[in-house]
Order: sequence, then structure tokens, then C-alpha cells
Amino acid sequence: MSANGEGLGRVLTVALGLCLVCSVFVSAAAVVLKPAQEANKTRDLKRNILLAAGLLDPSLSVEEQFEQVEARVVDLDAGAFVDEIDPAAFDQRKAAKDPQLSRAIPGEDDPAKLVRREHQALVYLVRGEAGDLDKIILPIRGYGLWSTLYGFMALEADGNTIAGLGFYEHLETPGLGGEVDNPKWKAIWPGKQVYRADQVAIQVLKGSVSAGSDQEQWQVDGLSGATLTTKGVNNLVRYWLGDQGFKPLLDNLRQGEV
Amino acid sequence: MSMRDTLADPIFKNNPIALQILGICSALAVTTSLRVTVVMCVALTLVTAFSSFFISSIRQFIPSSIRIIVQMTIIASLVIVVDQVLKAVAYDISKQLSVFVGLIITNCIVMGRAEAYAMKNPPVPSFIDGIGNGLGYSFVLLAVASVRELFGTGKLFGIEILPLVTEGGWYQANGLLLLPPSAFFLIGLLIWAIRSFNTEQVEAPEFNIAHHNPAEERA
Repeated sequence: MSANGEGLGRVLTVALGLCLVCSVFVSAAAVVLKPAQEANKTRDLKRNILLAAGLLDPSLSVEEQFEQVEARVVDLDAGAFVDEIDPAAFDQRKAAKDPQLSRAIPGEDDPAKLVRREHQALVYLVRGEAGDLDKIILPIRGYGLWSTLYGFMALEADGNTIAGLGFYEHLETPGLGGEVDNPKWKAIWPGKQVYRADQVAIQVLKGSVSAGSDQEQWQVDGLSGATLTTKGVNNLVRYWLGDQGFKPLLDNLRQGEV
Repeated sequence: MSMRDTLADPIFKNNPIALQILGICSALAVTTSLRVTVVMCVALTLVTAFSSFFISSIRQFIPSSIRIIVQMTIIASLVIVVDQVLKAVAYDISKQLSVFVGLIITNCIVMGRAEAYAMKNPPVPSFIDGIGNGLGYSFVLLAVASVRELFGTGKLFGIEILPLVTEGGWYQANGLLLLPPSAFFLIGLLIWAIRSFNTEQVEAPEFNIAHHNPAEERA
């Protein structure tokens, strides 16, 4: 270590020189790696959309498979597609934070603890051979135990039968709440019904569904050891399929008005 | 000290976690699955080695009044670069590691080696010392992660070893092992084992507790 030359000038020169070198180094890395990171992010999102809909074939490239999926922007309150907004440029997460593009949800109407809900959402449509709607994939999110869970729910063309569910981002405890990623648990969802007499009836139980009950079609087993995550999933699924979420759109789809 | 000792000493004899008790926080956080742990170990080893190397190369120019912040700047830059690289090449794992890569900055091992070794030694031995300490950290983390993942989820590297009851097997997973306190217990047991074997690592008590004698106190 230097015993001499501890003057202010020396200190400033070293500090400035170091900052300059380090900042060039860090920004260079960030700029060079940005395209690869963006590509990873998009691919991951697309993979999760396909996965939720049960369409993912690991042997094919994600991009290729995603060609059958069409992104559309939806006005949640009107339950109709919005053509003025370009789906490729629409960032739903940003919209949820923008006061212009979202509204605050009062506490009692906010079981999924979202705080704000965006006016528009980005949904994905999968069309069959003849061009008719085959599956619709809806973005869902809500608070679990530690974190907001972000995921997708896929419904069949009737807007009532669940085709799949998956979360792509969460920080729940691995092995407990983290079991929302367990393929065995996710496999329970397809085939379950959402609405009963026009009301959201789907629920995630604490514990398991009793076999043979008349509710069976609308109930999903909870995750053992993860009561709060289970509750969170229940709340967020019910919120997003309810009147505040995608129900207006699904109703309109069913009546063929969209 | 020979290069070999510089590299091998921190693994058993002078392990940063087991003897110096540094870097415990990330040892608790990232050891629930081996795959993530391995990436964390590689990241920490590289950061320790390169930060020691760079700090050592400019050690004659660093004014001692700002040496800590200079070390921090170099360490932080390296950590950001590692984080960016992970996001670009191993996106899944970087998602699981989330904030913990960033927290390498505050890992006492990196800073400790910079201050204790790199400031006084030439670049190449400092680099080796960084690798050695990274390996010492990795040794403990991998040991802890193997136990936690195997008995907590019945898997190793995500491959099923013990079939779980919930999936039709016979093994009832131990949920405690997935929570951070279990890493404390495991590291404690490991330190005990190492010190029973290497008795010179046992620290002399800092003070002796007086003999408890109720009869004397009454008198």
C-alpha cells in the first residue's frame, strides 16, 4: 500500500480513473449482451404460453410453434378486442403500473392483491385448422406467500373448460409453494370447469377434492404444506376469470359477439 | 507459501465458511437445489479470483484512504457483468438465482480476500488465492446442497433418486430441509466434523465461565 502520495489529487485521480474504466466495462457488457437477453426473455414467455396451453413440443423450436398463436389486445371492461393497439408493442406489466392505463382496485375487491388493474390485457388465441378458435390463453397474476405469481391460463373454445395453467415467474418456497410448477399438480387442471350458472365456481381447495362429489368438476386439489400459496392461486384464478377480469370477454366470445 | 498451498489451503485447512465463518448468507439461500448451487459457486469463484487479480494489479496505486470503496467498485463491476452474462446464456438459472448473484457483491469472502490477500500480494498468487477460496466456498455449498436437495425433494440435479410419497413412492420429503434454517444446522454439523478431525482449528475460548457453586454463593 502506498505510504506516500496520499494527497487529495491522487485520491481523486484514482477514483475517477477507476470509475471510468469500470463503467465502460459494465456498459459494454450490458450493450453487447442485450440482444441475447431480450431473445431469451421472449422465448421464455412464448414457451410458457405454449406450455400453459399444453401445445409445447420440446423437439421443435419455440418460435416455429408459436406461429400458430395470435396475440390480441383486449379491453377488459368491454370484453372486446382492441385493434388500435399493436400487440407486439403492448406491455401489460407496464400498463398495470401506469395511472393512465390502469385503475386502482379498492381493497375489498382485490383478493389477488394486485393494487392496480390495467384497462387492457394481452391474450393469445390459438386457431384450429379451419380458422375457428381452438384455445384462448389469458395472462393471470396475483400474490402468493412471498411474491406475485405470473402465469397463463388456457381455456378451450367454449370459454369454460380449462385447457391448462402454468406460472412462469414467482418466488414461492421451492418444494412447498414452488410446487405450483409441479407437472403432476398442473395436470389436474385441464378439463376442470370455470363457471357454474354463470358464476365463477372454480376453486382451489385446502386439501384434496373428495372423489365423487358433485363439485368435483369445479375443484382443484391444494398444494400440501403451502396453504398461503394455494389461497393465492385460488384468489388470482377466481379474480381473473371473474367480472373484473376476463369474464366479459369470455361471455362475448361464447355468444359469438367478438 | 507455494502456489499449491495457496490453492488447496482454503478448501479444508482454512475454509472461508467452515473456519472463517464468512459468506453464510448465500450458503443458506441458494442451496436448495444443486443445479443453482453449481452456478452460484462458479460465479463466486470467478468473481473472487478476478477481483483479487485486478485489485492486486493496481494495489500500489490505491490510496489507503479509499481502498475499500475501490475494492467494492471493482467487485461490483465484475458481479454486474457475471449477472448480465448469466441472463444472456443461462436464462433459466439466472431466474432462479434472482437477487443472489447481485448479492455476491456483499459476500464477505470476496471482500475479505481482497483486503487480506490481494492488497499485499502480486496478481497471480492473488488470482490463485481467489480460486482456492471460491473452491472452499463451493465445497461447503455443494455438500449442503446435496443433502438439502436429496432429503428435501428426493432428487439430485432434478433427477429423482428417492421416489416421493406424493408421487407414488415411499419417501416422505423433509420440508424443513428446504427452509433456510436447515442450512444453518448442516453447516454447523460440518464445522463440528471438520474441527473434530482438524483439532488445531478449535478456537480457544475467549474467556472462562466461572465455576458455578451455589453453596459458596449462599455463604
